[in-house]
Amino acid sequence: MDHFPTNWGRPKYDGFDTNATYPFHDHGHNQSAAFAGATQHTQQPIVTGTSVLAIKYKDGIMMAADNLASYGSLARFKGVQRLHPIGDYTVVGASGDMSDFQYLQHVLDGLVISEEINAQDGHTLGPAEIHEYLSQVMYSRRSKMNPLWNSLLVGGVKDGQRFLAYVDLLGVTYFASTLATGYGAYIAQPLLRKAVEGRENTLTEPEARGILEEALRVLFYRDARSINQYQIATITANGVDISGSLKLETAWGFAEGIRGYGSQTQ
Amino acid sequence: MFRNTYDSDNTVFSPQGRLHQVEYALEAVKQGSAAVGLRSNTHAILLALKRSSGELASYQQKMFRIDDHVGIAIAGLTSDARVLSNFMRQQAMGSKMVFNRPIPVNRLVSAIADKAQVNTQEYGRRPYGVGFLVIGLDHTGPHLYEFSPSGTSFEYFAVSIGARSQSAKTYLEKHFESFADCSLEDLIRHGLHALRETLQQDKELTTNNTSIGILGLSGVHESAGTSVNFRILEGPPIEPYLQSMQPKEVPPPSSASVPPPTSGDEDVQMSE
Repeated sequence: MDHFPTNWGRPKYDGFDTNATYPFHDHGHNQSAAFAGATQHTQQPIVTGTSVLAIKYKDGIMMAADNLASYGSLARFKGVQRLHPIGDYTVVGASGDMSDFQYLQHVLDGLVISEEINAQDGHTLGPAEIHEYLSQVMYSRRSKMNPLWNSLLVGGVKDGQRFLAYVDLLGVTYFASTLATGYGAYIAQPLLRKAVEGRENTLTEPEARGILEEALRVLFYRDARSINQYQIATITANGVDISGSLKLETAWGFAEGIRGYGSQTQ
Repeated sequence: MFRNTYDSDNTVFSPQGRLHQVEYALEAVKQGSAAVGLRSNTHAILLALKRSSGELASYQQKMFRIDDHVGIAIAGLTSDARVLSNFMRQQAMGSKMVFNRPIPVNRLVSAIADKAQVNTQEYGRRPYGVGFLVIGLDHTGPHLYEFSPSGTSFEYFAVSIGARSQSAKTYLEKHFESFADCSLEDLIRHGLHALRETLQQDKELTTNNTSIGILGLSGVHESAGTSVNFRILEGPPIEPYLQSMQPKEVPPPSSASVPPPTSGDEDVQMSE
């Protein structure tokens, strides 16, 4: 809050002091705002990614995210990969601030170098370890009042064990056989639960892929920060595979019948 | 008092390329009472001989639990050992906190070896006067390591440190090939036989002066359930193991076969 009325906007007619601020305080040009030198922390995300979806299926974990990074409501970057492989067993998918996600990629890649490449002793980081580490990083940053503005899904397979978990900017974590971040937590999560829960050990890869594609399609119709290009990561006992950019098939014929929006006059 | 010219400063090499202070630190390990470690395919165990300073005194602790999956036996300065074991516990807790993973044993041993190495190279410091046997269990199975104050660490099938440990090593070298498939009880019996070799004449292993540390499923003499966690057996619980020992074969009296006692071991006083 600026407590100096003359900084609020000068009256049009300088000869009459409408705000009764006389004597005017001296707002010399060299004067700096009282809080200008204070440390500023992230208070909102800037360039953002929308939902990430992930499910367990027969062979492991499947995760999906679209390729858009928005600048506010502007679809600013349309070729962004939001699924990042860590080590040989894990994929991290990010929604939220993309610069914070890039920082996390840097941190996690460095972690793999120091823990696996340098040690070379056969002890490798699996998805459970990556998730625990991420939750500690996220929580420590929120405790410094400077959070990394992301909701992350961590999925992977190691030693025959599937792992799927969530962690966000507050350090909150949870585990489930279907997970979704952002808008997808409202729109896609119920669809995924209905399709997956109870069938985690029988769903085949094409079935799992179909479930995620259908959820992405619904999100593309409903989520104004989404795009119809996406990638799917599969993590199985054979390792990590992240697809190239894929296109969602959509049909907009129904829009002809919608009245009440846009420029129609009747 | 001073036996060497180049021994007052551990950062200066002798002309023979040796660091005398480091070698004296290794002597401190040899002054400590013996500890023996053995490993099978399923278990890793430690056995140690405890000393007390007199009839009225308690026995000095020789074994420490670091974590559920790691335990150590020490020989040398107990106070130095406490510093290092606290550090090991911190490392173990750190791994649990950050990765929710028991710390890999080799990394824990490397960590204290690196710490000890710094003390052999920096001015104004002294090496640790203690050696460790470290046993640990991780997804690659049971492990046994020796750590020494020179900053080295090695993995072993079986090893011993401390006073007269060479006698125990001789026993272990003779029998180690059978250890891999041993039951826990047989492994402990071998360990006790090896530890017995380090005793002075007229002394024997008792429930008071012996500690046994175990990693792996509990044996027939243990009441514990199916836990594989590190535990230390002392006092009455080790009685069945002492009973299982075979009487020591007495070597034929021959002056030639008795090696002359080395000066390093001679000044070690054992008391019950």
